[in-house]
Amino acid sequence: MPVFRSHADDTRPQIETVLQVEKEGAGHAAAVAAVKALEAQPPSALLPLLQAMDQANPLAANWLRGAFEAVADRNAKQSNSLPVDDLEKFLLDRNHAAQPRQAAFDLLVRLDPKADDRLVPGMIDDPCPEFRRAAVQRLIDAAAKASEAKDAAKSKSLYQQAFAAARDPDQLDLTFDELTKLGEKPDLKRQLGLLSDWWVIGPFDHRKGIGFDVAYPPEKEIDLKKKYGGMLGEVAWTHLESDDRHGIVDLNKLLARHKGAIVYAYREFESEKAQPAEIRLGTPNGWKLWVNGQLAFAHEEYHLLTQMDQYPTRVMLHPGTNRFLLKICQNEQTEDWAQDWQFQVRVCAPTGAAVLPKDAKAAPGSAGG
Amino acid sequence: MRNLAIVLAILVTYRGVRADDWRQFRGNDSSGISTETNLPTKLDDPKSLAWKAPLPGRGLSGPIIVGDRIFLTASSGYRDDALHVLCFSCATGQKLWQRTFHATGRTVCNEVMCMATPQPCSDGERIYCYYSCNDVVCLDLDGNLVWYRGLGLDYPNVSSSLGMSSSPVVVDGTVVLQLDTDSDSFVAGLNALTGETRWKIAQGRSAIWSSPVVYRPSVAVKPQVIVHAKNALVSLDPATGKENWKVDQPGAKIPSTTVARNILLSPLGQLTALRPLGTTGTPERLWSEARLSPDNPTPVAYQDRVYVFKGSVLTCADLATGKTAWQLRLKCQGAYSSPVAGNDHIYLADENGILQTVRLGGKKGEVASRLDLGERIMCTPALAGGAFYVRSDQHLWKFADATPDQIAH
Repeated sequence: MPVFRSHADDTRPQIETVLQVEKEGAGHAAAVAAVKALEAQPPSALLPLLQAMDQANPLAANWLRGAFEAVADRNAKQSNSLPVDDLEKFLLDRNHAAQPRQAAFDLLVRLDPKADDRLVPGMIDDPCPEFRRAAVQRLIDAAAKASEAKDAAKSKSLYQQAFAAARDPDQLDLTFDELTKLGEKPDLKRQLGLLSDWWVIGPFDHRKGIGFDVAYPPEKEIDLKKKYGGMLGEVAWTHLESDDRHGIVDLNKLLARHKGAIVYAYREFESEKAQPAEIRLGTPNGWKLWVNGQLAFAHEEYHLLTQMDQYPTRVMLHPGTNRFLLKICQNEQTEDWAQDWQFQVRVCAPTGAAVLPKDAKAAPGSAGG
Repeated sequence: MRNLAIVLAILVTYRGVRADDWRQFRGNDSSGISTETNLPTKLDDPKSLAWKAPLPGRGLSGPIIVGDRIFLTASSGYRDDALHVLCFSCATGQKLWQRTFHATGRTVCNEVMCMATPQPCSDGERIYCYYSCNDVVCLDLDGNLVWYRGLGLDYPNVSSSLGMSSSPVVVDGTVVLQLDTDSDSFVAGLNALTGETRWKIAQGRSAIWSSPVVYRPSVAVKPQVIVHAKNALVSLDPATGKENWKVDQPGAKIPSTTVARNILLSPLGQLTALRPLGTTGTPERLWSEARLSPDNPTPVAYQDRVYVFKGSVLTCADLATGKTAWQLRLKCQGAYSSPVAGNDHIYLADENGILQTVRLGGKKGEVASRLDLGERIMCTPALAGGAFYVRSDQHLWKFADATPDQIAH
């Protein structure tokens, strides 16, 4: 009998123990011993470890990845001992989760640096954001080369493919600009899933930082016809639409410049089905978000930074009408760099694909998500 | 025979604790100094560059050295969510192993920073890597995972859009981390063997980027961990998190406290020298000096002098009084890197990649060497094993005297 023998049944008890790892240290003491045993396994444990990552929570997935890399590392010098074909088969099966597929990809490329060229081009519609991004980048690079070679038709075609496939804001921005130069009218907001029109009401009082935890009327009821007492007098709901390229709703510009003030922004979102989604907020201000009357997240910091996708909040959308309510709080800092009062929202699937409301209009020339 | 086999196995696997390790941010004792006398001082001598190794990602974290190995963190990817732990041979610069994990917390930060901003620490048997997304990884020295915590999953509101930079320390089996943000804050002690929480203390809501330091003037006394809180400098018992003492004065948010033997140099508005009176009672205040108030880099105390690197000026003051002895204007820009000292020299790195050594001992410091690495440096260098180590955006560098037996470990 060999000293080391491993197949799925051998490793299952240890894997099960690691899968019990939870937040706040739960299951850690048992998992420390289990992961040590897994790290001592032969290469035949690699596939069971990847398969287990499919079922793992994000924390347990990292424990399993640690074991996967330790086993792979110990055996990498004898690459013929590694189940390369099985690893590639696992990688190419898009039913598997992104993380274990990434672990398989990293190992395959380490063993054969040319595997990158072989595998990436076919990943243009991959649900894994990193694979898809790499494939899109190849199209962008090819489009730029075609442009340099004065082949405008080929360049345009490649940029169109890249724009249709891209999900990351930087790649969408770049391809949008190139297509616009080529006379196209791509719909950047739609491709990003930006929500640029909102009902807004305010200002409510946030002087001396008092308002973050005060439940002003919009937190108790949404009635777009009602008026309420605000910080400076009566306030009413107003419909605002941002014309910003990235859907930034600039409250200083669209409402009025206030300090120590709060606005609420409300809109409805028609979802075709029940689906998980990320509401991705960017704001330099303190904020709260309610979805269908439930507080989804709240965070109070001011003027450290603002960017797209700054705060992704995972929610479950209901089929039909979903109600989004935002509270955007401006503090009273006086520095030049502390004056912005704004927000930007897009809705994406966990893979990064834009999730559009059912009634979203398709712009001429826009590509599907 | 069985006992002999066990002894041999222990001898083969044992990596002794070396005084010339550099196990955490600003060295083993949070002082930023090395007592070694064979450190290279002419960094611009081409022969002093022992090797440089490419890195798979960025990092503001500096290298730590345990025995004959260097450990470093990095992060990469469009979302900066690939968290790397790297191990290199001190002797050759060869990468011995690399591990990659996927961030479980929020990976947004200022463009200057990245997830690999805090520096790892080690107790000589394991390394503890903390990232800006609040993931904490513990590995043994051979790269085997010991445990993994996702403090961003546990406490999602403890998160700063600018990024987190406080480097952890490990003391007597407890890993101490400081997570202070405008939205929520705490200091925690994790069991070094399992990652389980030993204690967690809420802090006032305020973003603080400085690091905890270990104060233990002799092995005979209980260690203290010193942290900057919103309105005070606080000493904690690392075993329990219990407060030993505090000085009610707001401290700087970025530079950390410096340990100078039995004295603490704390940026409390003014740089303030404190002598703790054991684990109880308010420390004796020796002096406070506004002229020594630091910018981003933490000051270093060396041979009865304190050195503050602010803008392009290095200020030297008397450790006993805080009185300025001399100032030296250097050809460089501002720095994030904290100065370190050893072999009668101060070692400086600016953001643009300019390394300088300043010779001490005369009436005034003199620039002994100046080298442009051509790559941004955001980390604090390490001095260990007769060598100077620094990481730039793309490389890890080792400088050592050219004599082969001084380079070899």
